[in-house]
Amino acid sequence: MSAPAAPLTGRVPARRSLSVRPDPVALLALPAFAYLAAAYGWPLLVLLGRSLSGPQGISLTPLAQFLSDPFSWRVIGNTVRTALLVTLVCLLAGYPAAVALARARGAVQGLLLLSVILPLSVGVVVKAYAWQIVLRRDGVVSGLLVGLGIWDAPQRLLFTETGLVIGAANVFLPFMILPIYAVIRQIDPRLAEAAATLGASPLRRFLGVTLPLTLPGIVSGIAFVFSLAVSMYVVPSLVIGDRFQTLATLTGRAFLFMRDEQLGSTTAVLLLAVAVAVVVGSTALARRLGGGGQS
Amino acid sequence: MTATERTALALVWILAAASALFLMAPLVVTVAVSFGSSAVFTLPPPSWSTRWYERLWTSRDLWPAVWTSLRVAVLATALALVLGTLCAIAVVRGRFPGREALVTFLISPLMLPGLVVGIAMLQGFRAAGLRDVGLSLLIAHGVITLPYVVRTVVAALSLFDFTLIDAARTLGLSYPAAVLRVLVPGLAPAFLTSGLFAFLASMDNYPISIFFTDAWTKTLPIQMLQLVEERPDPTVAAVSTLLILLAVAVLILGDRLVGLRRLAEV
Repeated sequence: MSAPAAPLTGRVPARRSLSVRPDPVALLALPAFAYLAAAYGWPLLVLLGRSLSGPQGISLTPLAQFLSDPFSWRVIGNTVRTALLVTLVCLLAGYPAAVALARARGAVQGLLLLSVILPLSVGVVVKAYAWQIVLRRDGVVSGLLVGLGIWDAPQRLLFTETGLVIGAANVFLPFMILPIYAVIRQIDPRLAEAAATLGASPLRRFLGVTLPLTLPGIVSGIAFVFSLAVSMYVVPSLVIGDRFQTLATLTGRAFLFMRDEQLGSTTAVLLLAVAVAVVVGSTALARRLGGGGQS
Repeated sequence: MTATERTALALVWILAAASALFLMAPLVVTVAVSFGSSAVFTLPPPSWSTRWYERLWTSRDLWPAVWTSLRVAVLATALALVLGTLCAIAVVRGRFPGREALVTFLISPLMLPGLVVGIAMLQGFRAAGLRDVGLSLLIAHGVITLPYVVRTVVAALSLFDFTLIDAARTLGLSYPAAVLRVLVPGLAPAFLTSGLFAFLASMDNYPISIFFTDAWTKTLPIQMLQLVEERPDPTVAAVSTLLILLAVAVLILGDRLVGLRRLAEV
């Protein structure tokens, strides 16, 4: 029993010996819970209700209607394809960065850490705006690629899917690096040494020891980046524009410009379902992998 | 160390350095453009100037937005610090069922797509008859700042040794005095850093604010995006540079309070 609660419960006579006595400290959670329930929990239920109700009560008609339109499938395809590409780029760039971050010491580690945390602390509008500048035909990337002889003539990456993937990967990369870094930091370096003593080659040591141990971090990194990339809104608006629609940009447009709230609610609930599935699935998977790694 | 290992390690370092440069690139570009004289974003700038900052200083669109954002961020952070800390005390010190579920619920606004949360609030508030844009904006920002406080203060309280308070009382302090002299200083770093990051999250939020905006109430990110679409000149880069400076200031404070390595554990 906590200190402030002890004298209080001492004075209250127990009416039924085994009944649940409400802990007075629990009341301190009430304002936050009530606030979030009213300002966030209830609105989510309203959204679910809107998307699942037709003129005659509960129905899946809006969803079925949305899914029967070929345009919708193109939008879903755009969303999933770019999210997968962004996740892949982040994984390939993020894993080595996380390994280096865990191995680095002193000032080098400080600098690497800063290069991850500072961009993370800057708003997405600022970064998306910078990518709009960088990806222009006369921008830095085009100039660099021409200078290196990779491109013959300057090209525009802005308003292309490649540009979108580059910009989004840049914004979400820290969410891949940090979870993997957190896991690598806790790995006992003696494990790889032990494998080396037993004659394992560097490649076998990586595939047999390091990689399995870092899997929980990889899983949560992928989950973070994928769910962020599926629902990104600011980056596509600035980097690729209206001609390329994803579920998130369509949701935003439906509410802000088209005033088609039925469509917007349907796509919003699809996004919600993806997000919940990714969070729940990845948590369960990471827990199983984590348990397997320790045993 | 074999040759293969050395090559692999060198490759890791090269890729990590490339990632670091890639991550910093947008910030460097923004600062460079904001101090350049070119109106068409030529990089590197032909010459340096502060003309975009002068234009920003006299801007009629951006200052009201800066003011709105600051006001909302301060109020929402204060609200989150009060509600979040009370709730964290209940979760760590209380004995009631569902504490873990409660924390998950309080942190969940960060795990769901911002756009979806914004739309849900738009519909929910409307159904509840709340029409005031400024108040809606504040309530919405309270929801996105609360998770930062709950997460950090719960973690800090779980590590706090509460027998220290008993010790202080044995030494003659009253209970409130013991809390004030022992618990509050122990929690201050977590309190301040979570407040700072909650403040940043509110300042930078776009996908939720966009639904609680009208001609008079616009937050800075909303106004910035609108300017980028209407009149693309480096004035926005100048505001962006100020926002980057704000993030740097928050990180310096956070580093002093708890250290960069602890900040990376978010």
